[in-house]
Amino acid sequence: MGYLSNPEIIHHFHDVVIIGAGGAGLRCALQLAEQDLRVAVISKVLPTRSHTVAAQGGMNAALGNENDDHWHWHMYDTVKGSDYLGDQDAIEYMCRAAPKAVLELEHYGVPFSRTESGHIYQRPFGGQSRQFGTGGQATRTCAAADRTGHAILQTMYQQNLKVGTHFFEEFMALDLLMQDGGCHGVMAWDIAQGQHHVFQAKSVVLATGGAGRVFKTTTNAHICTGDGGGLILQAGLQMEDMEFFQFHPTGIAGVGPLISESVRGEGGYLINADGERFMERYAPTAKDLASRDVVSRAIAIEIREGRGCGPAKDHVLLKLDHLGETLIRERLPNIHELAMRFAGVDCIHAPIPVVPTTHYTMGGIPTNRWTEVVIADDQQHEKVISGLYAIGEAACASVHGANRLGGNSLLEIIVFGKACAKQIMKQLEQQQYHATLDPDCWQRGFHRISKWLKGKKTDTSLSTYDFRITMQTLMQDHFSVYRTHDVMREGVEKLEALAKQLENVYIEDQSYLFNTALIEALELEHLLALARITATSALAREESRGAHARDDFPERDDAHWMKHTLASLKDHQIQLHYKPVRTAPISVATFPPKTRVY
Amino acid sequence: MTDGPTTTLGTTITLDIFRYHPEQGKKPIMQRFHVTINKSGMKLLDALNSIKWHQDNTLTYRRSCGEGVCGSDGVNINGVNGLACITPIEGLKQPIEIRPLPGMSVIRDLVVDMTHFFDQYRSIKPWMQTTTPTPEHEHLQTPRERQQLNGLYECILCGCCTTSCPSWWWNGDKFLGPATLLQANRWIQDSRDEATEERLEHLEDNFKLYRCHQIMNCMQACPKSLNPTKAINEIKRAIVERKG
Ligand SMILES: Cc1cc2nc3c(=O)[nH]c(=O)nc-3n(C[C@H](O)[C@H](O)[C@H](O)COP(=O)(O)OP(=O)(O)OC[C@H]3O[C@@H](n4cnc5c(N)ncnc54)[C@H](O)[C@@H]3O)c2cc1C
Ligand code: SF4
Ligand code: SF4
Ligand code: FES
Repeated sequence: MGYLSNPEIIHHFHDVVIIGAGGAGLRCALQLAEQDLRVAVISKVLPTRSHTVAAQGGMNAALGNENDDHWHWHMYDTVKGSDYLGDQDAIEYMCRAAPKAVLELEHYGVPFSRTESGHIYQRPFGGQSRQFGTGGQATRTCAAADRTGHAILQTMYQQNLKVGTHFFEEFMALDLLMQDGGCHGVMAWDIAQGQHHVFQAKSVVLATGGAGRVFKTTTNAHICTGDGGGLILQAGLQMEDMEFFQFHPTGIAGVGPLISESVRGEGGYLINADGERFMERYAPTAKDLASRDVVSRAIAIEIREGRGCGPAKDHVLLKLDHLGETLIRERLPNIHELAMRFAGVDCIHAPIPVVPTTHYTMGGIPTNRWTEVVIADDQQHEKVISGLYAIGEAACASVHGANRLGGNSLLEIIVFGKACAKQIMKQLEQQQYHATLDPDCWQRGFHRISKWLKGKKTDTSLSTYDFRITMQTLMQDHFSVYRTHDVMREGVEKLEALAKQLENVYIEDQSYLFNTALIEALELEHLLALARITATSALAREESRGAHARDDFPERDDAHWMKHTLASLKDHQIQLHYKPVRTAPISVATFPPKTRVY
Repeated sequence: MTDGPTTTLGTTITLDIFRYHPEQGKKPIMQRFHVTINKSGMKLLDALNSIKWHQDNTLTYRRSCGEGVCGSDGVNINGVNGLACITPIEGLKQPIEIRPLPGMSVIRDLVVDMTHFFDQYRSIKPWMQTTTPTPEHEHLQTPRERQQLNGLYECILCGCCTTSCPSWWWNGDKFLGPATLLQANRWIQDSRDEATEERLEHLEDNFKLYRCHQIMNCMQACPKSLNPTKAINEIKRAIVERKG
């Protein structure tokens, strides 16, 4: 028997609890379990179902297997790609660590594709250059065909099986146990058994992935609902830069699934209704391999100006048939399969219809470069929340700033997964014992469930579906590739009005065992909180930077806006703060902001 | 796939879905639903979602990626196992009968208990084993050696093959089943792995491996077009050669 005031709650003690079994959570868990710590990984889906599995193109590292390369050039590209909103200390750390991180993955067994000489195969990706932008295209993305995420996730899972990590599969995190300004564990719901658990730990890691489902059409899985961010806001903490969502240039038109940038890396290119390779106009040097924000905007303009393809002129075409069947089958087998299934196109012979699609959450839980969660006050004093860490797509370190480079996210999850473990080791050296929890600490998490399971249907009841689709459509219509004050203002108003309706949402399924309607409702709470933060943060930022492109403020405004947005919820009201970009790298000189040309 | 009933926009399709809810203490039933086709190329997962979101909130199934890469939504469709998210409705015989993967215990509706499946996976030590010191750079592997992993490493552990295998239904406590054996072969074929001997030794057993009678159900069921039967034969051959 534990000491909690509710005996029905199962109380666990671990050194570390990690929420999320994607690449980030598993890399972190592996490092810790190898050190003989008691590590619990909780995941709302079986680990191998995590969204890392969907990553296609690869992972960046200046290995130089294909042509000469240097981590410093990679760093330059990443800072430039971020439109100077990335924190340069974190970026330096990541790019320096990249080659070792990839080699470690190889040693763990990741089945990378190979060059003729037997080394790890690398392909060119968007926004990559040599010699700080002057030496032409780099070839930096390490790939396992176009299934790199799958290969990495399975390998990480296998290694964790080897070291005996404790998995709590199909457990939904409900609430962070905050006490004395630090985090001491998490409340979670065992989905299959319908039971509450308290996971007490000295360190808690949020590795819950992205929030693409805030928007209607996305390349993200159904499970990408930004739960970590939801928990952070619920705990009264801040979220950073949530106005920056990446629209990937090539989602399959009308459906969402991603057509990897590898297609353009391997030589594919985009054409408009006139058959014109239009990227030559927008990015004379990098062409189709310009940064994603640039390519997405170009497509949006082509469509807006009437050069879109198809009967509704609402998409462009990605041409790759000239690459030949052998290359497509060897290097892009998954793309071939996806295009066939979801666009009905055999890309060996015909182009794929594509359109910019919500893809990646650049914003997230604010951390320093050691992955510790931080909070800033009005005076911009930054404070570490002890015992709480965030990594992967859920976090904002910020290595991606206003626009992520393709291939940098798999890198981020691996590098910071490990860095987080190292930082936790340091914390645990200082801290031997668990804190004593407030015996009532389970209350908030518990009531999140009982509220839904005791709901009453009334005349004004809404379904989770109706609420969610209204919200997603609203976000899509008002906060897409191009943004303006008026459209966003209206979006914010509608969204705030919608938010008041949440209490009318009702789920029919009121049972305990494997209640997926309940899980969708909990996810909806997170999505809504993040949508509100995204909308208000976007409206406030009066400039164009990276993925945040405004018709009414078309220029980047470094004097006023080279800073991170911090948003929190206090008594249901959104509060915005700002903090400066960390422009000082660890050991090299700062890359000062320049105009971005590709 | 095109000789089934046509499913143009606006037509209604009929589905019979296996329902079981332990909390209600009732026997399982097949429940009939009607769904309107609302987009071209509609997949079975879209139909399940449509039922859950518009008709019956209690319908329970797993899903994540929605594009056939995560392995969440293996179900039995008109008697054949497959992933709901990539199975087109077009061409399926109606009423479409959807049941949980056979041979596993049902938790609720279409959700099955995968514990034993993953325990079997773990039992073959599906991780790289080496004894020589880790190299400074990557292990070298020629494209040809790497190619040996094609058709194996893509497995998404959905369980469609294993739960279609009659031998596994009867002897699943000891026979490892096609998915786990295919995964075992993934490591046996990997030129970097140095535990081939131990792996083969572990598999050379009347039950673990030799319960496969080449019925080939597994290969027909695999949504990733992998061929577990071939993988099993490769293991058998490797065992013979080893004794050679
Ligand atoms: C289609 C696609 C292709 C991509 N391709 C590339 C690429 O080629 N290169 C690249 O670098 N990046 C790519 N990305 C981005 C990259 O894959 C992701 O950013 C990255 O994998 C995220 O990993 P993660 O570990 O942070 O989160 P995820 O892999 O999303 O894992 C999140 C985990 O958190 C768990 N979780 C979430 N909420 C809860 C909760 N409430 N309770 C319990 N558990 C919870 C989930 O179960 C899951 O285990 C791609 C993304 C997509 C969508
Ligand atoms: S070939 Fe072997 S493993 Fe596959 S279904 Fe038949 S008996 Fe099972
Ligand atoms: S071999 Fe195919 S059917 Fe079997 S688990 Fe793997 S992907 Fe699924
Ligand atoms: S939902 Fe991922 S395979 Fe079907």
